[in-house]
Amino acid sequence: MHEFRYERPATVAEAIRAVAHDPEADFLAGGTTEVDLMKDGVFHPDLLVDITRLPLRGVRRDGTMLQVGALTTMEELASDRTLMERAPFVVEALLRGASVQLRNMATIGGNLLQRTRCRYFRDPAVPACNKREPGSGCEAVNSVARMHAILGASPACIALHASDLAVALVALDAVVHIQSEEGERLVPLTQFYLMPGETPDRENVLRHGELITAVDIPLPPEGTRSIYLKIRDRASYEFALASAAIAVIMDGPVIKEARVAMGGVGTIPWRGFEAEEVLREAPATPDTFRSAADGTIRDPFIVPGTAFKVELAKRTLIRALTEVTS
Amino acid sequence: MTTLTVNGTEYPLDLADPRVTLLDALRDRLDLTGTKKGCDQGACGACTVLCDGRRILACLTLAAQCDGREITTIEGLESHPLQDAFVRHDAFQCGYCTSGQIMSAVALLGENRAGTDADIREYMSGNLCRCGAYSNIVAAVREVARHA
Repeated sequence: MHEFRYERPATVAEAIRAVAHDPEADFLAGGTTEVDLMKDGVFHPDLLVDITRLPLRGVRRDGTMLQVGALTTMEELASDRTLMERAPFVVEALLRGASVQLRNMATIGGNLLQRTRCRYFRDPAVPACNKREPGSGCEAVNSVARMHAILGASPACIALHASDLAVALVALDAVVHIQSEEGERLVPLTQFYLMPGETPDRENVLRHGELITAVDIPLPPEGTRSIYLKIRDRASYEFALASAAIAVIMDGPVIKEARVAMGGVGTIPWRGFEAEEVLREAPATPDTFRSAADGTIRDPFIVPGTAFKVELAKRTLIRALTEVTS
Repeated sequence: MTTLTVNGTEYPLDLADPRVTLLDALRDRLDLTGTKKGCDQGACGACTVLCDGRRILACLTLAAQCDGREITTIEGLESHPLQDAFVRHDAFQCGYCTSGQIMSAVALLGENRAGTDADIREYMSGNLCRCGAYSNIVAAVREVARHA
């Protein structure tokens, strides 16, 4: 592991200042991605600023919204009673997202910033990775690929965004609070992530020295039904091949309102706006679900190893819609 | 100087070089080798310990982050019923994952989540056993959970 200095400032302002004034500094929270990638030699910060004891922890209800401190752990958020009652699919996404040990360490802010599991990104011995070394190419496109993205992908990068939580949160239009020395800004999670395009190394709108301090989760109206369906290679403790986060309001057999997002398929947590348009005011029938799926999985970028995901993702969405509306 | 409290004993720790994980501090500095290094990348659960009563992975935790925290390792258990149950149910072959399995199961009992076999499997899924002793591990945990 590259040598680094370790600091534990007492306030949010000091932590932000410490990182902002050192281009090689990074915040350290749960460490479940960061320490791992430092051991692998993918990250090599000179300074780690430990933020785990800053007062950014806890869940607060504010009207029809939950405000979640960025340092709340996955396990803590998963046990929030309001979330369980009003948006159980967020809890399902949290519980299916990692083992209890990891959930006790990993924070909500860190979860949103987790890095891809692409094995070529995580192995510095692989020379070609545009995300790790801009301009070096993409080994995944030409080699063995499977746990990779088919939506938002390009010949420059097919790295998957592996979060489960973020999928449910983009469906609910969560909002990220970002603090810097200049002040606070709010960014909707649907606009937080960047598709790789020509700059796969830029994954989100955060600038150096900016810190996520909280996430606002709007609670869906009472009576909303929701589901997080995760399809994977083993029953537990595995990343998604495809997942669907859906919230619907039904009026008899008709879908009044729908929120759809998919995981396991996108370079970013994938909001299914097209599916929502198809579903709104439509009867809950197999034909409706198939058109919603066709609308979501449009123009996929596939390589031989990921071709199977096109139909798998559609069937995942159809099954989730069938279960949540019946 | 960092202070680690492990199994009730305070240990001063020189972390001038902070690249020391909790796992390496336990094994190499404090000679508490009951906690095992399996994958060393957060995938196997062999290094599971309790931090302030919650189960975590020692391999992805920097020792510096545990300053002032209460760490419990397998050496801190005083003939816990789970240890006896693991022996009687033959819940291991090579034994390398066992201390992590037991620490994880101790936490699981405290979380009140061992209701069904399916629950035990789900909430123990962060602990891998390459020997495949899973069915006996579930039996051992189930037995202690029922009598708790």
